[in-house]
Amino acid sequence: MVIRGASSGTLMTEGGARSASWQTCAIAEIIQRTPSIKSYFLRLSEPFAHIAGQHVDVRLTAPDGYVAMRSYSIASSPSASNVIELAIERLPDGEVSPFFHDIAAVGDKIELRGPLGGHFLWPERATAPVLLIGAGSGVVPLMAMIRQRRALAQTVPTALLLSSRTQRDVLFADELLSLELADPKFTLALAITREPPERACDFARRIDSAMVAELVARLPRMPAHVFVCGSNRFVNIAADGALMAGLDAAVIKTERYGG
Amino acid sequence: MITRGFTGRNSGGDQSDRIPPGQHLVEHFPVLTAGPTPRVETADWKFTLKIGPRHIKVWNWSAFNALPKTKMTRDIHCVTSWSKLNTAWEGVVVDDILADAGVEPPTDFVLAHCYDGYSTNVPLADLASGKTMIALNYEGQPLPRDHGGPARLLVPHLYFWKSAKWVNGLQFTERDEAGFWELRGYHKYGDPWREQRYTND
Ligand SMILES: Cc1cc2nc3c(=O)[nH]c(=O)nc-3n(C[C@H](O)[C@H](O)[C@H](O)COP(=O)(O)OP(=O)(O)OC[C@H]3O[C@@H](n4cnc5c(N)ncnc54)[C@H](O)[C@@H]3O)c2cc1C
Repeated sequence: MVIRGASSGTLMTEGGARSASWQTCAIAEIIQRTPSIKSYFLRLSEPFAHIAGQHVDVRLTAPDGYVAMRSYSIASSPSASNVIELAIERLPDGEVSPFFHDIAAVGDKIELRGPLGGHFLWPERATAPVLLIGAGSGVVPLMAMIRQRRALAQTVPTALLLSSRTQRDVLFADELLSLELADPKFTLALAITREPPERACDFARRIDSAMVAELVARLPRMPAHVFVCGSNRFVNIAADGALMAGLDAAVIKTERYGG
Repeated sequence: MITRGFTGRNSGGDQSDRIPPGQHLVEHFPVLTAGPTPRVETADWKFTLKIGPRHIKVWNWSAFNALPKTKMTRDIHCVTSWSKLNTAWEGVVVDDILADAGVEPPTDFVLAHCYDGYSTNVPLADLASGKTMIALNYEGQPLPRDHGGPARLLVPHLYFWKSAKWVNGLQFTERDEAGFWELRGYHKYGDPWREQRYTND
């Protein structure tokens, strides 16, 4: 499959950019999204058109030349300007995420390359329903997909099952809740694990196969695309749930943040 | 470019000569997979050697386990930037598989195939060098499902996506065919010491 980049016109193999060289960008804005997640808006010096679901590699360099590199999914939709949004969760003993939370400031320069990844990609011409399942910061690439769907005024039925510890930990909660009100083809279900949820359509437990089956039932037809993102443990549970709900392994794409 | 305020955790570490550029050391064993984790029972497991479309030999679990076993302790490097030192594996070296099948390699290129439809290409010169194996044990235990059990390819000197999980066969190809990630923007060879992460690196 060949995809033509939306604005840059570069030719790519299935989502994989021909080459992605390092560029320096500036932090334009930082927003505290949840107690442990902040959004970083980065102004690209060499703008690119990504596909929702893709990530960038970020590299930090210490004065002695030591380099640390990590991948971060792009949260913004491709139709946005030359500013991309990353949403980074602070891991207490981590090397890179605490740097972003505790040290990085507006105006700082950060090196990154992208867009990267050619598998976990929003199907631009989707007509059959899409099921998105994420936990914590795993909703980031799914958010890019939801924003892209809205930016293109797509009507493909889409459901998001999002697991968080508490209501306050739900990343992009306001945007997701108002989108659900405005768009009858978009369904949101929260799985809140450490407190009772506020809405009757949400769940008060960890994601399991019965929950995935119920989300599938809230869609008009069986989903033709399932995207699951989060920690490996979470992804295994959610992907197994999707299999038990009768979905074919071939339609389930996963992005695991390692751990 | 020096990043303002960044010092780094492993800066100046004494094992830095074993960690390729852009990589960082981990103690745990992260898991990255593009789809659901397959369930493969050893009773159903088969391993197939092919030349192009032609089946050369098929082993079941007990026949494969009767092949000579080799142990290797190696450093591994994932393209998502973690490296893990001194991982201990046991399995069947690819040279011993070819010898058991009695084939002279007909081409210089091989694709590894897997139960989940995944594939990856590795040149014969890398595969049949005594450096790679079909690994059945990790740290003295049967290979866990999350890490590719019952069997995975182990090509420790290349980025770890080449060490295909849930492997079920090797296929000689006429040309160097790109596999799953190689078709999706990742480097065709993947040498961590030359930082060959993405196409054209
Ligand atoms: C494709 C992709 C997309 C991603 N997208 C996002 C995203 O959108 N948002 C996001 O927040 N993250 C994302 N991640 C995860 C991200 O890349 C980092 O892994 C994450 O930010 C942690 O990095 P860190 O340097 O803070 O922690 P690390 O230093 O890498 O440590 C990770 C964890 O391991 C523990 N640890 C590390 N070293 C040791 C040690 N020696 N001993 C004991 N424990 C140790 C730490 O305590 C920490 O909890 C993504 C990952 C991938 C692969």
